[in-house]
Amino acid sequence: MRGKVYWVFLIPSAMVLIVFFLFPLLIMLYYSFLQRGIYGGFEPIENLKEYIFSFAWLKNYIRVFDSLYIPIYLRSIYIAILTTIICLFIGYPVAYFIALKVKPENKILYLFLIIVPLWTSFLIRTYAWILILRDEGLINLFLLKIGLINKPLPLLYNEFSVLLGLIYGELPFMILPIYASLEKIDISLIEASKDLGADEFRTFKRVILPLTLPGIIVGVTIVFIPTLGSFIVSDLLGGAKSILVGNLIQNQFIVARDKPFGSAIAFVLSSFVLVLLYIYRKFWGGKIEVL
Amino acid sequence: MRRSSRDLLFKIYIAGVYVFLYLPILVLIILSFNKSRWTTIWEGFTLQWYVKLLNNKILLNSLKNSIIVALASTFFSTFFGTIGAIALRKLEFKLKEAFEILIYLPVIIPEIVLAGALLSFFGFVKITLGFTTVIIAHIVFSISYVILIVLARLQNIEKEVEESALDLGANEFEVFRRVTLPLLLPAIISSALIVFTLSIDDYLITSFVAGVSSTTLPLQIYSMLRTNITPEINAISTIMLLTTTMAIILSQKLLTSK
Repeated sequence: MRGKVYWVFLIPSAMVLIVFFLFPLLIMLYYSFLQRGIYGGFEPIENLKEYIFSFAWLKNYIRVFDSLYIPIYLRSIYIAILTTIICLFIGYPVAYFIALKVKPENKILYLFLIIVPLWTSFLIRTYAWILILRDEGLINLFLLKIGLINKPLPLLYNEFSVLLGLIYGELPFMILPIYASLEKIDISLIEASKDLGADEFRTFKRVILPLTLPGIIVGVTIVFIPTLGSFIVSDLLGGAKSILVGNLIQNQFIVARDKPFGSAIAFVLSSFVLVLLYIYRKFWGGKIEVL
Repeated sequence: MRRSSRDLLFKIYIAGVYVFLYLPILVLIILSFNKSRWTTIWEGFTLQWYVKLLNNKILLNSLKNSIIVALASTFFSTFFGTIGAIALRKLEFKLKEAFEILIYLPVIIPEIVLAGALLSFFGFVKITLGFTTVIIAHIVFSISYVILIVLARLQNIEKEVEESALDLGANEFEVFRRVTLPLLLPAIISSALIVFTLSIDDYLITSFVAGVSSTTLPLQIYSMLRTNITPEINAISTIMLLTTTMAIILSQKLLTSK
Protein backbone atom coordinates (compact mmCIF):
# COMPACT_ATOMS: atom_id res chain seq x y z
CA MET A 1 0.00 0.00 0.00
CA ARG A 2 2.66 2.50 1.07
CA GLY A 3 4.84 1.75 -1.93
CA LYS A 4 1.95 2.42 -4.30
CA VAL A 5 1.58 5.99 -3.06
CA TYR A 6 5.18 6.68 -4.02
CA TRP A 7 4.63 5.32 -7.50
CA VAL A 8 1.73 7.75 -7.87
CA PHE A 9 4.08 10.52 -6.66
CA LEU A 10 6.62 9.62 -9.32
CA ILE A 11 4.20 9.55 -12.25
CA PRO A 12 3.77 13.31 -12.96
CA SER A 13 7.47 14.15 -13.12
CA ALA A 14 8.23 10.95 -15.02
CA MET A 15 5.49 11.87 -17.50
CA VAL A 16 6.90 15.38 -17.95
CA LEU A 17 10.42 14.09 -18.53
CA ILE A 18 9.43 11.24 -20.82
CA VAL A 19 6.57 12.77 -22.85
CA PHE A 20 7.77 16.37 -23.06
CA PHE A 21 11.53 15.91 -22.95
CA LEU A 22 12.74 12.48 -24.07
CA PHE A 23 10.07 12.01 -26.74
CA PRO A 24 10.66 15.49 -28.27
CA LEU A 25 14.38 14.68 -28.49
CA LEU A 26 13.52 11.48 -30.37
CA ILE A 27 11.21 13.41 -32.71
CA MET A 28 14.02 15.84 -33.39
CA LEU A 29 16.39 12.93 -34.05
CA TYR A 30 13.87 11.55 -36.55
CA TYR A 31 13.53 14.97 -38.22
CA SER A 32 17.29 15.25 -38.54
CA PHE A 33 17.19 12.28 -40.95
CA LEU A 34 14.58 13.91 -43.22
CA GLN A 35 15.02 16.59 -45.87
CA ARG A 36 13.61 20.08 -45.92
CA GLY A 37 10.59 20.48 -48.21
CA ILE A 38 10.22 23.28 -50.74
CA TYR A 39 7.91 25.33 -48.51
CA GLY A 40 9.64 24.54 -45.23
CA GLY A 41 8.24 21.35 -43.68
CA PHE A 42 9.62 18.05 -44.91
CA GLU A 43 10.23 16.33 -48.21
CA PRO A 44 8.05 13.19 -48.28
CA ILE A 45 10.00 9.95 -48.61
CA GLU A 46 8.96 8.21 -51.85
CA ASN A 47 10.77 4.95 -51.42
CA LEU A 48 11.87 4.10 -47.90
CA LYS A 49 14.21 1.28 -48.93
CA GLU A 50 15.98 3.45 -51.45
CA TYR A 51 16.12 6.33 -48.94
CA ILE A 52 17.87 4.13 -46.43
CA PHE A 53 20.29 2.39 -48.76
CA SER A 54 21.29 5.53 -50.65
CA PHE A 55 22.27 7.07 -47.29
CA ALA A 56 20.13 10.11 -48.14
CA TRP A 57 19.22 10.23 -44.44
CA LEU A 58 22.80 11.19 -43.63
CA LYS A 59 22.74 14.29 -45.86
CA ASN A 60 22.13 16.75 -43.00
CA TYR A 61 24.91 15.29 -40.91
CA ILE A 62 27.32 15.53 -43.82
CA ARG A 63 26.25 19.11 -44.35
CA VAL A 64 26.94 19.89 -40.67
CA PHE A 65 30.65 19.47 -41.46
CA ASP A 66 30.54 21.61 -44.59
CA SER A 67 33.45 24.07 -44.71
CA LEU A 68 30.89 26.87 -44.62
CA TYR A 69 30.01 26.09 -41.00
CA ILE A 70 33.34 24.90 -39.56
CA PRO A 71 34.53 28.46 -38.75
CA ILE A 72 31.37 28.98 -36.68
CA TYR A 73 32.07 25.88 -34.55
CA LEU A 74 35.72 26.80 -34.15
CA ARG A 75 34.75 30.32 -33.11
CA SER A 76 32.21 28.96 -30.62
CA ILE A 77 34.79 26.66 -29.04
CA TYR A 78 37.43 29.40 -29.07
CA ILE A 79 35.09 31.94 -27.42
CA ALA A 80 33.94 29.36 -24.85
CA ILE A 81 37.54 28.46 -23.94
CA LEU A 82 38.56 32.12 -23.73
CA THR A 83 35.51 32.97 -21.58
CA THR A 84 36.27 30.07 -19.24
CA ILE A 85 39.96 30.95 -18.84
CA ILE A 86 39.31 34.65 -18.26
CA CYS A 87 36.52 33.87 -15.77
CA LEU A 88 38.92 31.56 -13.92
CA PHE A 89 41.65 34.20 -13.72
CA ILE A 90 39.25 36.98 -12.70
CA GLY A 91 37.16 34.77 -10.42
CA TYR A 92 39.75 32.79 -8.47
CA PRO A 93 41.24 35.80 -6.64
CA VAL A 94 37.72 36.96 -5.75
CA ALA A 95 36.82 33.56 -4.27
CA TYR A 96 40.20 33.51 -2.48
CA PHE A 97 39.60 36.97 -1.06
CA ILE A 98 36.11 36.16 0.23
CA ALA A 99 37.12 32.82 1.71
CA LEU A 100 40.40 33.78 3.35
CA LYS A 101 40.62 37.56 3.72
CA VAL A 102 37.13 38.69 4.65
CA LYS A 103 36.04 38.62 8.29
CA PRO A 104 33.65 35.70 8.93
CA GLU A 105 30.74 38.00 9.80
CA ASN A 106 31.06 39.84 6.47
CA LYS A 107 31.40 36.77 4.24
CA ILE A 108 27.65 36.42 3.71
CA LEU A 109 27.40 39.97 2.40
CA TYR A 110 30.29 39.55 -0.05
CA LEU A 111 28.82 36.29 -1.34
CA PHE A 112 25.36 37.74 -1.48
CA LEU A 113 26.62 40.53 -3.73
CA ILE A 114 28.08 37.94 -6.10
CA ILE A 115 24.77 36.04 -6.26
CA VAL A 116 22.30 38.95 -6.57
CA PRO A 117 23.03 39.61 -10.27
CA LEU A 118 22.16 35.97 -10.99
CA TRP A 119 18.66 36.56 -9.72
CA THR A 120 18.08 39.45 -12.05
CA SER A 121 17.15 39.00 -15.68
CA PHE A 122 20.04 37.81 -17.82
CA LEU A 123 18.46 39.39 -20.89
CA ILE A 124 18.25 42.78 -19.18
CA ARG A 125 21.79 42.60 -17.81
CA THR A 126 23.07 41.77 -21.28
CA TYR A 127 21.06 44.59 -22.82
CA ALA A 128 22.53 47.01 -20.27
CA TRP A 129 25.95 46.51 -21.87
CA ILE A 130 24.58 48.05 -25.06
CA LEU A 131 24.01 51.26 -23.07
CA ILE A 132 27.64 51.19 -21.96
CA LEU A 133 29.36 50.08 -25.17
CA ARG A 134 27.43 51.72 -28.01
CA ASP A 135 28.77 54.75 -29.92
CA GLU A 136 26.80 57.16 -27.76
CA GLY A 137 27.24 54.95 -24.71
CA LEU A 138 28.91 55.55 -21.38
CA ILE A 139 32.50 54.64 -22.27
CA ASN A 140 32.63 56.45 -25.62
CA LEU A 141 30.97 59.59 -24.27
CA PHE A 142 33.42 59.65 -21.39
CA LEU A 143 36.49 59.16 -23.59
CA LEU A 144 35.24 61.79 -26.06
CA LYS A 145 34.63 64.25 -23.28
CA ILE A 146 38.10 63.97 -21.77
CA GLY A 147 39.49 64.26 -25.30
CA LEU A 148 41.28 60.91 -25.41
CA ILE A 149 39.56 59.99 -28.67
CA ASN A 150 37.89 62.12 -31.34
CA LYS A 151 35.50 59.54 -32.75
CA PRO A 152 33.70 56.71 -30.93
CA LEU A 153 35.55 53.42 -30.55
CA PRO A 154 33.79 50.41 -32.12
CA LEU A 155 33.11 48.60 -28.85
CA LEU A 156 29.81 46.97 -29.76
CA TYR A 157 28.72 44.32 -32.28
CA ASN A 158 32.03 42.49 -32.48
CA GLU A 159 33.87 39.61 -30.86
CA PHE A 160 35.08 41.79 -28.01
CA SER A 161 31.56 42.72 -26.88
CA VAL A 162 30.41 39.07 -27.12
CA LEU A 163 33.34 37.96 -24.98
CA LEU A 164 32.71 40.72 -22.47
CA GLY A 165 29.00 39.86 -22.21
CA LEU A 166 29.73 36.16 -21.72
CA ILE A 167 32.39 36.79 -19.06
CA TYR A 168 30.01 39.13 -17.29
CA GLY A 169 27.20 36.57 -17.27
CA GLU A 170 29.31 33.55 -16.30
CA LEU A 171 31.71 35.03 -13.72
CA PRO A 172 29.55 34.26 -10.65
CA PHE A 173 29.32 30.60 -11.75
CA MET A 174 33.10 30.40 -11.61
CA ILE A 175 33.46 32.21 -8.28
CA LEU A 176 30.88 30.17 -6.33
CA PRO A 177 32.25 26.60 -6.69
CA ILE A 178 35.83 27.80 -6.15
CA TYR A 179 34.71 29.64 -3.03
CA ALA A 180 32.97 26.47 -1.80
CA SER A 181 36.17 24.43 -2.21
CA LEU A 182 38.27 27.14 -0.50
CA GLU A 183 35.89 27.13 2.45
CA LYS A 184 36.39 23.40 2.89
CA ILE A 185 40.16 23.72 3.38
CA ASP A 186 41.28 23.05 6.92
CA ILE A 187 42.80 26.35 8.13
CA SER A 188 45.44 24.47 10.13
CA LEU A 189 46.95 23.22 6.85
CA ILE A 190 47.52 26.79 5.73
CA GLU A 191 48.94 27.74 9.11
CA ALA A 192 51.23 24.71 9.13
CA SER A 193 52.59 25.75 5.75
CA LYS A 194 53.26 29.26 7.03
CA ASP A 195 54.86 27.96 10.22
CA LEU A 196 57.20 25.91 8.09
CA GLY A 197 58.37 29.15 6.50
CA ALA A 198 56.45 29.22 3.21
CA ASP A 199 55.34 32.68 2.11
CA GLU A 200 51.80 33.40 0.96
CA PHE A 201 52.51 32.68 -2.70
CA ARG A 202 54.19 29.38 -1.95
CA THR A 203 51.43 28.33 0.42
CA PHE A 204 48.98 29.14 -2.33
CA LYS A 205 50.84 27.15 -4.96
CA ARG A 206 51.66 24.11 -2.86
CA VAL A 207 48.69 23.83 -0.52
CA ILE A 208 45.67 25.89 -1.53
CA LEU A 209 45.67 25.47 -5.30
CA PRO A 210 45.84 21.63 -5.30
CA LEU A 211 43.10 21.45 -2.67
CA THR A 212 40.76 23.69 -4.70
CA LEU A 213 41.20 21.76 -7.93
CA PRO A 214 37.74 20.10 -7.61
CA GLY A 215 36.13 23.54 -7.31
CA ILE A 216 38.06 24.80 -10.32
CA ILE A 217 36.93 21.83 -12.39
CA VAL A 218 33.27 22.32 -11.45
CA GLY A 219 33.57 26.03 -12.26
CA VAL A 220 35.23 25.36 -15.61
CA THR A 221 32.52 22.84 -16.51
CA ILE A 222 29.52 24.98 -15.58
CA VAL A 223 30.99 27.99 -17.39
CA PHE A 224 32.23 26.24 -20.52
CA ILE A 225 29.12 24.22 -21.41
CA PRO A 226 26.45 26.95 -21.34
CA THR A 227 28.85 29.31 -23.12
CA LEU A 228 29.27 26.82 -25.95
CA GLY A 229 25.54 26.80 -26.71
CA SER A 230 24.87 30.43 -25.85
CA PHE A 231 22.55 32.52 -27.95
CA ILE A 232 21.38 35.77 -26.35
CA VAL A 233 24.77 37.40 -25.82
CA SER A 234 26.03 36.85 -29.35
CA ASP A 235 22.63 37.80 -30.78
CA LEU A 236 22.38 41.08 -28.85
CA LEU A 237 26.01 42.16 -28.54
CA GLY A 238 27.56 40.41 -31.54
CA GLY A 239 27.73 41.44 -35.16
CA ALA A 240 27.09 39.43 -38.31
CA LYS A 241 30.67 38.13 -38.16
CA SER A 242 30.49 36.87 -34.61
CA ILE A 243 27.63 34.37 -34.79
CA LEU A 244 28.06 31.21 -32.73
CA VAL A 245 26.65 27.72 -33.12
CA GLY A 246 23.63 28.64 -30.96
CA ASN A 247 22.71 31.39 -33.42
CA LEU A 248 23.23 29.01 -36.33
CA ILE A 249 20.75 26.47 -34.90
CA GLN A 250 18.20 29.16 -34.05
CA ASN A 251 18.54 30.56 -37.56
CA GLN A 252 17.88 27.16 -39.17
CA PHE A 253 14.76 26.58 -37.08
CA ILE A 254 13.19 30.04 -37.14
CA VAL A 255 14.53 31.96 -40.14
CA ALA A 256 15.62 29.40 -42.76
CA ARG A 257 12.84 26.99 -41.74
CA ASP A 258 15.19 24.07 -42.24
CA LYS A 259 14.23 21.96 -39.23
CA PRO A 260 16.08 18.84 -40.43
CA PHE A 261 19.39 20.65 -40.72
CA GLY A 262 18.86 22.60 -37.48
CA SER A 263 18.09 19.30 -35.72
CA ALA A 264 21.25 17.70 -37.06
CA ILE A 265 23.46 20.54 -35.77
CA ALA A 266 21.63 20.42 -32.42
CA PHE A 267 22.42 16.71 -32.10
CA VAL A 268 26.06 17.14 -32.98
CA LEU A 269 26.33 19.92 -30.39
CA SER A 270 24.57 17.82 -27.72
CA SER A 271 26.80 14.83 -28.45
CA PHE A 272 29.88 17.02 -28.07
CA VAL A 273 28.63 18.33 -24.72
CA LEU A 274 27.74 14.84 -23.48
CA VAL A 275 31.16 13.49 -24.47
CA LEU A 276 32.81 16.31 -22.51
CA LEU A 277 30.65 15.52 -19.48
CA TYR A 278 31.43 11.83 -19.81
CA ILE A 279 35.13 12.63 -19.74
CA TYR A 280 34.55 14.88 -16.75
CA ARG A 281 32.74 12.13 -14.83
CA LYS A 282 35.22 9.48 -15.80
CA PHE A 283 38.21 11.47 -14.58
CA TRP A 284 36.80 13.35 -11.63
CA GLY A 285 33.73 11.29 -10.79
CA GLY A 286 30.81 12.68 -8.88
CA LYS A 287 27.82 14.45 -10.25
CA ILE A 288 27.57 17.92 -11.65
CA GLU A 289 26.48 20.19 -8.84
CA VAL A 290 23.63 22.46 -9.77
CA LEU A 291 23.79 25.92 -8.23
CA MET B 1 56.59 45.12 -2.92
CA ARG B 2 55.63 45.76 0.68
CA ARG B 3 52.96 43.55 2.13
CA SER B 4 50.56 46.35 2.97
CA SER B 5 50.66 47.89 -0.50
CA ARG B 6 50.16 44.46 -2.03
CA ASP B 7 47.09 43.96 0.14
CA LEU B 8 45.80 47.35 -0.93
CA LEU B 9 46.21 46.46 -4.62
CA PHE B 10 44.36 43.22 -3.99
CA LYS B 11 41.50 45.13 -2.38
CA ILE B 12 41.31 47.56 -5.29
CA TYR B 13 41.17 44.62 -7.69
CA ILE B 14 38.31 43.02 -5.73
CA ALA B 15 36.43 46.33 -5.68
CA GLY B 16 36.94 46.51 -9.44
CA VAL B 17 35.29 43.13 -9.95
CA TYR B 18 32.29 44.18 -7.87
CA VAL B 19 32.00 47.39 -9.89
CA PHE B 20 32.12 45.28 -13.08
CA LEU B 21 29.24 43.13 -11.76
CA TYR B 22 27.05 46.09 -10.85
CA LEU B 23 27.97 48.73 -13.44
CA PRO B 24 25.45 47.65 -16.12
CA ILE B 25 22.66 47.38 -13.56
CA LEU B 26 23.40 50.83 -12.13
CA VAL B 27 23.65 52.45 -15.57
CA LEU B 28 20.30 50.97 -16.49
CA ILE B 29 18.58 52.22 -13.34
CA ILE B 30 20.05 55.72 -13.63
CA LEU B 31 19.16 56.06 -17.31
CA SER B 32 15.56 55.04 -16.62
CA PHE B 33 15.22 58.41 -14.82
CA ASN B 34 17.07 60.39 -17.49
CA LYS B 35 15.26 63.03 -19.55
CA SER B 36 17.37 62.48 -22.65
CA ARG B 37 15.85 60.05 -25.10
CA TRP B 38 18.89 59.15 -27.17
CA THR B 39 22.13 59.60 -25.32
CA THR B 40 23.74 58.43 -22.14
CA ILE B 41 24.29 62.06 -21.07
CA TRP B 42 22.38 63.08 -17.96
CA GLU B 43 19.84 65.77 -18.85
CA GLY B 44 17.78 65.86 -15.70
CA PHE B 45 15.47 63.70 -13.63
CA THR B 46 12.16 62.51 -15.03
CA LEU B 47 9.52 59.89 -14.40
CA GLN B 48 8.08 60.20 -17.90
CA TRP B 49 9.34 56.78 -19.05
CA TYR B 50 7.52 55.15 -16.17
CA VAL B 51 4.35 57.06 -17.02
CA LYS B 52 4.68 56.01 -20.68
CA LEU B 53 5.10 52.45 -19.50
CA LEU B 54 1.77 52.53 -17.70
CA ASN B 55 0.11 53.53 -20.97
CA ASN B 56 1.91 50.95 -23.09
CA LYS B 57 -0.81 48.31 -23.41
CA ILE B 58 1.31 45.87 -25.43
CA LEU B 59 4.09 45.87 -22.85
CA LEU B 60 1.71 45.54 -19.92
CA ASN B 61 -0.08 42.70 -21.65
CA SER B 62 3.19 40.85 -22.16
CA LEU B 63 3.99 41.36 -18.49
CA LYS B 64 0.61 39.83 -17.62
CA ASN B 65 1.37 36.87 -19.90
CA SER B 66 4.76 36.39 -18.27
CA ILE B 67 3.25 36.33 -14.80
CA ILE B 68 0.56 33.82 -15.83
CA VAL B 69 3.16 31.54 -17.42
CA ALA B 70 5.57 31.85 -14.48
CA LEU B 71 2.89 31.18 -11.85
CA ALA B 72 1.47 28.17 -13.70
CA SER B 73 4.82 26.60 -14.55
CA THR B 74 6.20 27.27 -11.05
CA PHE B 75 3.17 25.65 -9.45
CA PHE B 76 3.27 22.50 -11.58
CA SER B 77 7.03 22.05 -11.64
CA THR B 78 7.36 22.63 -7.88
CA PHE B 79 4.45 20.32 -7.04
CA PHE B 80 5.39 17.53 -9.45
CA GLY B 81 9.10 17.90 -8.75
CA THR B 82 8.70 17.78 -4.97
CA ILE B 83 6.53 14.67 -4.87
CA GLY B 84 8.78 13.13 -7.53
CA ALA B 85 11.85 13.71 -5.36
CA ILE B 86 10.08 12.21 -2.31
CA ALA B 87 9.15 9.15 -4.37
CA LEU B 88 12.69 8.79 -5.73
CA ARG B 89 14.07 8.79 -2.19
CA LYS B 90 11.76 5.95 -1.19
CA LEU B 91 11.58 3.81 -4.29
CA GLU B 92 14.09 1.36 -5.66
CA PHE B 93 13.55 0.15 -9.21
CA LYS B 94 15.47 -1.32 -12.09
CA LEU B 95 15.74 1.76 -14.27
CA LYS B 96 16.37 4.19 -11.42
CA GLU B 97 19.87 5.09 -12.55
CA ALA B 98 18.66 5.75 -16.11
CA PHE B 99 15.86 7.89 -14.70
CA GLU B 100 18.36 9.91 -12.67
CA ILE B 101 20.34 10.63 -15.82
CA LEU B 102 17.08 11.70 -17.47
CA ILE B 103 16.60 14.21 -14.62
CA TYR B 104 20.06 15.68 -15.19
CA LEU B 105 19.75 15.97 -18.96
CA PRO B 106 17.46 19.05 -19.20
CA VAL B 107 19.88 20.95 -16.95
CA ILE B 108 22.91 19.88 -18.95
CA ILE B 109 21.95 20.04 -22.63
CA PRO B 110 22.17 23.45 -24.31
CA GLU B 111 18.95 25.44 -24.12
CA ILE B 112 18.85 25.79 -27.89
CA VAL B 113 18.63 22.00 -28.26
CA LEU B 114 15.65 21.80 -25.94
CA ALA B 115 14.03 24.66 -27.83
CA GLY B 116 14.42 22.84 -31.15
CA ALA B 117 13.18 19.54 -29.71
CA LEU B 118 10.05 21.11 -28.21
CA LEU B 119 9.23 22.99 -31.42
CA SER B 120 9.65 19.74 -33.39
CA PHE B 121 7.48 17.88 -30.89
CA PHE B 122 4.61 20.39 -30.90
CA GLY B 123 4.68 20.34 -34.70
CA PHE B 124 4.67 16.54 -34.72
CA VAL B 125 1.66 16.16 -32.40
CA LYS B 126 0.02 19.21 -34.04
CA ILE B 127 -0.54 21.32 -30.93
CA THR B 128 -1.06 24.99 -31.86
CA LEU B 129 1.58 27.20 -30.30
CA GLY B 130 0.22 29.35 -27.47
CA PHE B 131 -0.03 29.54 -23.70
CA THR B 132 -0.21 25.77 -23.25
CA THR B 133 2.96 25.10 -25.19
CA VAL B 134 4.86 27.88 -23.39
CA ILE B 135 3.77 26.60 -19.97
CA ILE B 136 4.65 23.00 -20.87
CA ALA B 137 8.09 24.11 -22.10
CA HIS B 138 8.73 26.05 -18.89
CA ILE B 139 7.70 23.07 -16.75
CA VAL B 140 10.15 20.89 -18.71
CA PHE B 141 13.19 23.11 -18.11
CA SER B 142 12.17 23.80 -14.49
CA ILE B 143 11.22 20.42 -13.07
CA SER B 144 14.74 19.00 -12.92
CA TYR B 145 15.94 21.92 -10.79
CA VAL B 146 13.13 21.27 -8.31
CA ILE B 147 13.78 17.52 -8.15
CA LEU B 148 17.54 18.01 -7.68
CA ILE B 149 17.22 20.71 -5.00
CA VAL B 150 14.54 18.86 -3.01
CA LEU B 151 16.40 15.56 -3.38
CA ALA B 152 19.61 17.11 -2.03
CA ARG B 153 17.72 18.43 0.99
CA LEU B 154 15.96 15.11 1.57
CA GLN B 155 19.30 13.34 1.66
CA ASN B 156 20.43 15.74 4.35
CA ILE B 157 17.37 15.28 6.51
CA GLU B 158 18.55 12.46 8.64
CA LYS B 159 16.79 9.23 7.98
CA GLU B 160 16.98 8.71 11.73
CA VAL B 161 14.74 11.72 12.30
CA GLU B 162 11.96 9.86 10.55
CA GLU B 163 12.81 6.54 12.10
CA SER B 164 12.88 7.82 15.64
CA ALA B 165 9.50 9.46 15.10
CA LEU B 166 8.17 6.17 13.77
CA ASP B 167 9.57 4.36 16.81
CA LEU B 168 7.66 6.75 18.99
CA GLY B 169 4.46 5.49 17.44
CA ALA B 170 3.64 8.08 14.80
CA ASN B 171 2.32 6.68 11.54
CA GLU B 172 4.13 7.36 8.29
CA PHE B 173 1.76 10.07 7.09
CA GLU B 174 2.00 11.82 10.45
CA VAL B 175 5.82 11.71 10.32
CA PHE B 176 5.75 13.18 6.84
CA ARG B 177 3.40 16.00 7.81
CA ARG B 178 4.98 16.87 11.14
CA VAL B 179 8.68 16.17 10.55
CA THR B 180 9.74 15.79 6.95
CA LEU B 181 7.57 18.45 5.34
CA PRO B 182 8.55 21.34 7.68
CA LEU B 183 12.22 20.46 7.26
CA LEU B 184 11.73 20.30 3.51
CA LEU B 185 9.84 23.57 3.21
CA PRO B 186 12.88 25.89 2.77
CA ALA B 187 14.12 23.73 -0.10
CA ILE B 188 10.68 23.74 -1.73
CA ILE B 189 10.36 27.51 -1.43
CA SER B 190 13.84 28.22 -2.70
CA SER B 191 13.39 25.88 -5.66
CA ALA B 192 10.06 27.56 -6.45
CA LEU B 193 11.79 30.94 -6.42
CA ILE B 194 14.60 29.77 -8.67
CA VAL B 195 12.13 28.22 -11.07
CA PHE B 196 9.98 31.37 -11.06
CA THR B 197 12.93 33.56 -11.98
CA LEU B 198 14.00 31.08 -14.68
CA SER B 199 10.52 31.23 -16.16
CA ILE B 200 10.01 34.98 -16.03
CA ASP B 201 13.44 35.50 -17.61
CA ASP B 202 13.39 32.89 -20.36
CA TYR B 203 13.75 34.15 -23.88
CA LEU B 204 15.19 31.45 -26.12
CA ILE B 205 12.87 28.48 -25.52
CA THR B 206 9.81 30.74 -25.24
CA SER B 207 10.63 32.39 -28.56
CA PHE B 208 10.49 28.95 -30.19
CA VAL B 209 7.19 27.77 -28.71
CA ALA B 210 5.14 30.96 -28.16
CA GLY B 211 2.14 31.78 -30.33
CA VAL B 212 0.97 35.21 -31.48
CA SER B 213 -1.16 35.86 -28.40
CA SER B 214 1.24 34.42 -25.83
CA THR B 215 4.09 36.92 -26.14
CA THR B 216 5.90 37.15 -22.81
CA LEU B 217 7.80 40.14 -21.44
CA PRO B 218 11.29 38.97 -22.50
CA LEU B 219 9.96 38.40 -26.03
CA GLN B 220 8.43 41.87 -26.08
CA ILE B 221 11.58 43.49 -24.71
CA TYR B 222 13.65 41.60 -27.28
CA SER B 223 11.59 42.81 -30.19
CA MET B 224 11.77 46.38 -28.83
CA LEU B 225 15.56 46.06 -28.62
CA ARG B 226 15.62 44.95 -32.24
CA THR B 227 13.55 47.85 -33.55
CA ASN B 228 14.58 50.81 -31.43
CA ILE B 229 16.01 51.12 -27.99
CA THR B 230 13.88 53.48 -25.91
CA PRO B 231 14.19 54.54 -22.27
CA GLU B 232 10.91 52.72 -21.63
CA ILE B 233 12.92 49.49 -21.77
CA ASN B 234 15.16 50.90 -19.04
CA ALA B 235 12.10 51.68 -16.95
CA ILE B 236 10.50 48.24 -17.23
CA SER B 237 13.91 46.63 -16.68
CA THR B 238 14.42 48.65 -13.51
CA ILE B 239 11.03 47.60 -12.18
CA MET B 240 11.80 43.95 -12.95
CA LEU B 241 15.26 44.10 -11.39
CA LEU B 242 14.01 45.71 -8.22
CA THR B 243 10.98 43.46 -7.75
CA THR B 244 12.89 40.19 -8.24
CA THR B 245 15.72 41.34 -5.97
CA MET B 246 13.30 42.47 -3.27
CA ALA B 247 11.37 39.21 -3.49
CA ILE B 248 14.53 37.15 -3.12
CA ILE B 249 15.91 39.21 -0.23
CA LEU B 250 12.56 39.00 1.53
CA SER B 251 12.29 35.25 1.10
CA GLN B 252 15.89 34.76 2.28
CA LYS B 253 15.09 36.80 5.38
CA LEU B 254 12.01 34.66 6.03
CA LEU B 255 13.95 31.44 5.55
CA THR B 256 16.90 32.37 7.75
CA SER B 257 14.92 33.99 10.55
CA LYS B 258 13.28 30.70 11.52
